[in-house]
Amino acid sequence: MPERIPKLEKDVKEKLEKVGIEMDKEKRSAIFLQVDQNVETSSSFASGIEMIGIKQALEKYDWLHDYFWKVVSKNNDEYTKQVDVAEVNGYFIRALPGIKVNFPVEACLYLKSPKKQKVHNIIIAEESSELNIISGCASHPGLTTGMHLGISEFYIKKNAKLSFTMIHNWENNIEVRPRSAAIVEEGGTYISNYIIMNPVKIVQMYPTVHLNGDNSTAIMSSVIVAMENSIVDTGSRVIIKGKGSSAEILSRAISKGGTIYSRGDIVGESPDARGHLECMGMMLSEQGSIIAIPELEAKHPNVDLSHEAAIGKIAEEEIFYLMSRGFTRDEATAAIVRGFLDIEIKGLPPTLKKKIDEAINLVEKELI
Amino acid sequence: MLRVVNLGAEVEGTPILDHVNLYIKEGQTYVLFGPNGNGKTSLLMTLIGNPAFKVTYGRIMFKGQDINDMSTDQRVKMGMGISFQNPPKVSGLKLIDMLLNCAKQSGTDPNKIYEYAQMLNMEKFLNRSINVGFSGGEVKRSEVLQLLTLNPDLVLFDEPDSGVDLDNISVIGSAMGELLDRKKNKEERKKSGLIITHQGHILDYVDADYGLILYKGMIACMGDPYDMLDEISKKGYEGCVEKCLKGFQNSRRM
Ligand SMILES: Nc1ncnc2c1ncn2[C@@H]1O[C@H](COP(=O)(O)OP(=O)(O)OP(=O)(O)O)[C@@H](O)[C@H]1O
Ligand SMILES: [Mg+2]
Repeated sequence: MPERIPKLEKDVKEKLEKVGIEMDKEKRSAIFLQVDQNVETSSSFASGIEMIGIKQALEKYDWLHDYFWKVVSKNNDEYTKQVDVAEVNGYFIRALPGIKVNFPVEACLYLKSPKKQKVHNIIIAEESSELNIISGCASHPGLTTGMHLGISEFYIKKNAKLSFTMIHNWENNIEVRPRSAAIVEEGGTYISNYIIMNPVKIVQMYPTVHLNGDNSTAIMSSVIVAMENSIVDTGSRVIIKGKGSSAEILSRAISKGGTIYSRGDIVGESPDARGHLECMGMMLSEQGSIIAIPELEAKHPNVDLSHEAAIGKIAEEEIFYLMSRGFTRDEATAAIVRGFLDIEIKGLPPTLKKKIDEAINLVEKELI
Repeated sequence: MLRVVNLGAEVEGTPILDHVNLYIKEGQTYVLFGPNGNGKTSLLMTLIGNPAFKVTYGRIMFKGQDINDMSTDQRVKMGMGISFQNPPKVSGLKLIDMLLNCAKQSGTDPNKIYEYAQMLNMEKFLNRSINVGFSGGEVKRSEVLQLLTLNPDLVLFDEPDSGVDLDNISVIGSAMGELLDRKKNKEERKKSGLIITHQGHILDYVDADYGLILYKGMIACMGDPYDMLDEISKKGYEGCVEKCLKGFQNSRRM
């Protein structure tokens, strides 16, 4: 961890390092760190990328109020209502028109005290910009209770491309209820990746993407591992309103004793809307369960929507095949699980691909 | 190299091998013929230790050791290798990952992998999930490529030539010849092989020493592989086996 966040205590730093939060300005175009309700760091090293706390941003820009509680509704549920309070904090990230940066933006939300963390983020990719964000969320080691409530509103303008990779790293007693939604304009692309592999009490979220513009795209991928006593209830919904727009929802779920609800919903309302939903589950334990709930809804004759779901244990035949090349049973199992999690995400920059691989590496030992 | 003594085996409670005897010496290559569903693949699976195939009686000796209690990976570490008739797809596991593991097992220089891949026209497949979307012929080439990298002492091939076009049979045949030391003089050959084939096209490229017919789980005939192929094509399996079994059953009853 570089000296730019000197105020952080040693154990916080250690946890951040352990979960791979990268705050090095040589490797990131902007960084943000919020511990409980306090913004500890917020800076941008790239011109054309804005990264400031949401409170400051709302003071700075009058127009931003039009984006605040616009795509996520305040009265959505009891959790959204709880975030509508004065002490809320969060980040504002914006890529100015036409801006493309190589390095991703890193935004980290850290839960240290046993209170509720309330976060409200706004992310804007202006016209023809390209923005890649890694969002790491973690809780303090040994925290006995805690709750993370996060509102995120994404705006992908005309021909812009935004990738948002969220890696969760909670602990046994933490309850997590993010509420996110995105609006994608004409020709825009929104890529969302969600990874959770550590224990958690419950994660529950169902982000919605509105493909309002013609020829816009959403690719929503998740890699979920649920350890014993964890409940992960997630999925994505994409509402296709633009002509010729397409949505893909992909998920890989592994239960190592935990419960996973893998949801997905694609609504096709426009001519030539295309959507595909794929949900693959693997049971690695006699405990736990995986429930796949794919939904498709066509509201126009000229749409093409499909889904595919399969849940099972590792195929003995595959283990034997690998063993016939000299892998031991454990090595074979690990290689197959790794392959299963290796979701092919189109349009993901190599740095992010590496990041996902690292997250998989970290838990591999616990899985087998 | 391999001595199979009076072997019986079953799969899912159904007997599939019946008193099989087989003795393959160092440097020898055998061909295994036989009608569909008569136990050829089952024999190979039993030899390599597929847990679904249970030995009910008899013994398998490999390099002088009884390997019945050994797992598949242990047998492979001892020097066995197999190409599958229908290998499974493993999504997310790249061909190159499999090859790197094969190279690790055999101590093959990983730089050789690319050379072998070129030899089998498989360099474009290295980063693809193994067998996922591979055509029939590509699967066969991938299997032989893995064996080249694994470099076993006893090589089992399950229909390496089925569904393969003539150009690719020559490519596969040449690799198999390499694997089985067929390019060396008889006395210098160290590798042994057992090849299952129906059409026998592969025998134009790999000169085998002996032929066998596996019929209803039994080794019914043994002889010159080329004569045997000829007879099978003329008389069919029934005809061949009838002829062989006369002498064979008499001798077994003795
Ligand atoms: N896993 C299995 N479960 C049940 N039956 C099996 C299994 N594997 C093989 N069998 C049966 O055992 C018999 C022998 O099959 P095997 O695959 O050994 O035939 P084969 O001689 O290789 O045939 P082919 O020329 O068609 O490849 C067949 O009747 C087959 O259906
Ligand atoms: Mg067979």
